[in-house]
Amino acid sequence: MSDKANSRELIDLRRIRGKLDRLRGRKYWRSLEELAETEEFKSFLQREFPENASEWTDPVGRRNFLRLMGASLALAGLGACTKQPLEKIVPYVKQPEELIPGRPLFYATASRLGGYGQGILVESHMGRPTKIEGNPDHPASLGATSAQVQAAILGLYDPDRSQVVRKTGRISTWDTFLQELGGPLQTQKAGGGGGLRILTETVTSPTLGALLAELLQQFPQARWHQWRAAGRDSVRQGARRAFGRFVETRYDLSRAEVIVSLGADFLFSGPGSLRYARDFAAGRRVHGGDGEMNRLYVVEATPTVTGSMADHRLAAQAGELEGLARSLAAELGVAVQGGGQSAHESWIRSVARDSSGRGGRCVVIAGEEAPAAVHALAHACNARLGAVGTTIHYTEPVEAQPTVELESLRRLSDDMQAGRVEVLLILGGNPVYDAPADLEFSEELDKVALRVHLSLYEDETSARCHWHIPAAHDLESWGDARAFDGTTSILQPLIQPLYGGKTDLEVVAALLGRPGARSYDLVREHWQQRTPGGDFDQLWRRSIHDGVVAGTQAAPVTVALQADWDSGPSEPPSSGLEVIFRADPAIGQGELSNNGWLQELPKPFTKLTWDNAVLMSPATAEDLHLTTGDRVVLSLGERRVEGPAWIIPGQADGTLCLHLGFGRTHAGRVGNRVGFNAYPLRTSDGLWHASGVQISRSGSGYRFASTQSHFAVQVEASSEAERRHLVREGTLENYRSHPEFVHEMGHEFPEDFTLYPPWEYSGYAWGMAIDLGACTGCNACVVACQSENNIPVVGKEQVILGREMHWIRVDGYFKGELDNPEFVHQPLPCQHCENAPCEVVCPVAATTHSPEGLNEMTYNRCVGTRYCSNNCPYKVRRFNFILYQDWETSSLELMRNPDVTVRSRGVMEKCSYCVQRINAARIDAKVAKRKIRDGEVRTACQAVCPSQAIVFGDINDPASQVSQWKADPLNYGILTELNTKPRTTYLARLRNPNPEISSE
Amino acid sequence: MGQTFHRSTNTLARVSIFGAVFILGAMAWLAATVYRSAYFTEVGESKEQPVMFSHKHHVNGLGVDCRYCHTSVEESAFAGIPPTETCMSCHSQIWSDSPMLEPVRESYRSGESLVWNRVHDLPDFVYFNHSIHLSKGIGCTTCHGQVDQMPLVWKANTLFMEWCLDCHRNPEKYVRPLPEVLNVDWRPPADQLEQGRALMQAYEIANLTNCSICHR
Repeated sequence: MSDKANSRELIDLRRIRGKLDRLRGRKYWRSLEELAETEEFKSFLQREFPENASEWTDPVGRRNFLRLMGASLALAGLGACTKQPLEKIVPYVKQPEELIPGRPLFYATASRLGGYGQGILVESHMGRPTKIEGNPDHPASLGATSAQVQAAILGLYDPDRSQVVRKTGRISTWDTFLQELGGPLQTQKAGGGGGLRILTETVTSPTLGALLAELLQQFPQARWHQWRAAGRDSVRQGARRAFGRFVETRYDLSRAEVIVSLGADFLFSGPGSLRYARDFAAGRRVHGGDGEMNRLYVVEATPTVTGSMADHRLAAQAGELEGLARSLAAELGVAVQGGGQSAHESWIRSVARDSSGRGGRCVVIAGEEAPAAVHALAHACNARLGAVGTTIHYTEPVEAQPTVELESLRRLSDDMQAGRVEVLLILGGNPVYDAPADLEFSEELDKVALRVHLSLYEDETSARCHWHIPAAHDLESWGDARAFDGTTSILQPLIQPLYGGKTDLEVVAALLGRPGARSYDLVREHWQQRTPGGDFDQLWRRSIHDGVVAGTQAAPVTVALQADWDSGPSEPPSSGLEVIFRADPAIGQGELSNNGWLQELPKPFTKLTWDNAVLMSPATAEDLHLTTGDRVVLSLGERRVEGPAWIIPGQADGTLCLHLGFGRTHAGRVGNRVGFNAYPLRTSDGLWHASGVQISRSGSGYRFASTQSHFAVQVEASSEAERRHLVREGTLENYRSHPEFVHEMGHEFPEDFTLYPPWEYSGYAWGMAIDLGACTGCNACVVACQSENNIPVVGKEQVILGREMHWIRVDGYFKGELDNPEFVHQPLPCQHCENAPCEVVCPVAATTHSPEGLNEMTYNRCVGTRYCSNNCPYKVRRFNFILYQDWETSSLELMRNPDVTVRSRGVMEKCSYCVQRINAARIDAKVAKRKIRDGEVRTACQAVCPSQAIVFGDINDPASQVSQWKADPLNYGILTELNTKPRTTYLARLRNPNPEISSE
Repeated sequence: MGQTFHRSTNTLARVSIFGAVFILGAMAWLAATVYRSAYFTEVGESKEQPVMFSHKHHVNGLGVDCRYCHTSVEESAFAGIPPTETCMSCHSQIWSDSPMLEPVRESYRSGESLVWNRVHDLPDFVYFNHSIHLSKGIGCTTCHGQVDQMPLVWKANTLFMEWCLDCHRNPEKYVRPLPEVLNVDWRPPADQLEQGRALMQAYEIANLTNCSICHR
């Protein structure tokens, strides 16, 4: 490595603090590098692609350039001298009903990410699934999906998925497996199954639950264990502590006026998050009227999507959370032990005062990563506030067999250690990689005589098992799953298993002596047996068609706090540094590591791609004399991990946050050796949080691929006239008393003062409005766009060069102080300017203006001058510097959207407002001799958005939703002082602060 | 010091400079000619097919409607190539022993599709939609030629972009009354331009030349 790479550019945090203090009024910044005005940031700001900007002035570079240009000119000429290759048409032998060639069909099914069902509709083009949309009829989706569920389509076609049955590494067959399993199974049967163990992930599937129950009847001594690394143990434990039994907690945020989150990232993670995001955003939407707005308080240790939406956010160490929860409970009048002093007394008191006396229209939510005691305290608070029945509903658990998974896994581990396990079937999951380190799962696993692993990939666990069975993907399987509220969906396959994978149902059925059973029959039988009388066939068809089985919501239960629910304050954490573990916001707990879309997804706040980091606050970094890019060793007792540090404003001081899911060794070509593995530090008594961690610096100069500085637009400037008001915010108070405040922030441009040709938009005029008050920064739009528009993955090295291809980016802004900033997310697709600077500079008319106001990009015309990109003030254009698209892997060809051109190298591209969807709707409308209805064209980003922050439509139609949004006083365009007249506009974000706190 | 080059070199230089222009021009002309030749465009060239299916016989001789086989032409981008089942709906009864139809029967028996050679193949960055053309009064023969006279189908037109634009810029030259779109015997009337303009009004045909109409 060169000296330059090794040199540490320590960011002078003291200077930054001083600078922020001097800046008056609202001050927005994107990164510490921006505040520190590092060379790298400046070059990203001023140059479009800094790495290659010196190509022309550097003699060697120039010679190279000329040589390559000469060769490509010659080859381009020769390339035209080929005849069009002969193509084939392969019709059906018997065409399926309802299929119209050339038109997609949508099938309802469900995703089971994390074990819980999320309803989806999958777009299928003549038998190949290409895009996932949310199912509007499903209560956990309401038409939205998460970024992870969007990316499942890439997971389906992943060429690295395991494709064959293997026995100790050698290729084998399913039939051989069944034969060889026969003997041990007979032995087990004779012994009542005393040595048989099944390990699954969290199971909500009623059919799988019933099959496993049947198995336990046939093998009475056998055990079924469940383990999911990023599971919901503390939710279940908290309920058990409070009520003496497992119950599911469901929130109704549409009725909440005040929401208090105790470490809960309820807008982003967890089985009900999409629904919660929708209800939360609806409860804050005041434009177009003078509605009320809910108020969100968040206590958290590391910045989360939910924290970024807070009206008041308190960064507190995870170890302090229980104390704060106790204080809150005490303030609310709950009889708790030790609810006395806390560091943030007045804050807590204000929160308590604000939530009381609202007739239960408030809710306290404890995080899935919070200790069980905090959950119990939250239950007590909610009971005290009268929220139960209003904003909180308790139901029967939705899992097939609710259990505290850590205890379950520990029992299995103990049994393995004692040699009591002879046959172990691991159905999904990857415990060798993600089990708590102190259980030494992989060592114990080796003591089992016969180990079988069913999974999508030949992963770390497969490598330690005798048999590996390729699993069928959810989009290839029949099955069922329950959502957060218990609603059951039947999963239907969109395609035959590409690699002959088996479902968990089929494997369990084989153990039950039904080796040939098909998932379809198993699921159907299960539901038939449980549907007494009536026309089952009709019910079955309806359930599959709708994607939900009617009337399967979990039954409500009435629970009361146990007398001894409060076991007193836990031991206070030892002072000093603490470490917290979180599922990665992109790749989760590690099961999605091989998904390129998710690896390259810029994570909220850090905008890191292809990496995880040891996240720490600026003050902590100063204390430890560390800076972003330093390699550090964390040790907790004898356990150590090494990773690079990253300074993240807004994190609690003294907290180090590690994201799980990285450092895989058997993930596949995409996910192997990306980032560092944090699991070795994670033990069973510190699943989410451990104190007393030691940190030391071991090196420096780690190169991150963060997009935080990419495509930056200068926001702050010395003079007011030069300041760009890209992000505009106000308070509800402002808005009510002075609704026009948003417009007074900007600089207006005189009308009609332009050299651009005038355009008349007589027909449709497409426009978009994005509500910054609703955008949570969850990134679902980015992946949805990638999936819809065949956008390639470029890899870490290219991201470092600033060449990521996402058509929509989510700019993250910090606001205010360095140590306790507020956050704003701003999704930025092409603005589709009416006076588009890119159009006039294109020498070959490859980017042009449509009569409907679209700024069109015609790939086959583009010669790659990049003038357009150079002239775009919003920096939304993306250039294919090299051949990013994979043209070789045949499975990926099936994945692509046939309605969008697959771009090659040397071509500029950008957001098209999903012109393929507009055209499809326009043609349908014209054939039917009507106009396109409002809401008929939904862009991919709009359709997926959990909080409905994006609307799109015809701005010439005053009744359209987008026109109404744009008529709101909160509506503004960015960089309108350049007279670009963008068609994409934003609604300023409103906050609803508690006057009691903000006046402090 | 004497001149390095003789005076006659000037002439040589002039000839070669102007010559080069002519040679380059000739090369460009040649390339353009070859590019537009039937060798390249395959206009009028029928393609070998697994079954020697004759449109002439089925359309002209038997009067089968286009949509009997091309079922989705009115509702989809793709007109549809008939599944083997469609062939068998007649040919299980008539000509059921014909050796020419053996591949069809074989496909039906085995479940393996017939694999046809594509005649009209647009580049992958062009998105053509049949349904909208039919519903705006562009007939089959306008683009596909007299299919009823083709034993094996060939391309009647180049499918070049300039050919598309000829109509997209001046639809009045080709648009016909809606009831006639499937009529292979329709011929433009003497006052086509006038009638075409009236039809354009009636069918609200406009805005056909921006790029994203065909490219996306």
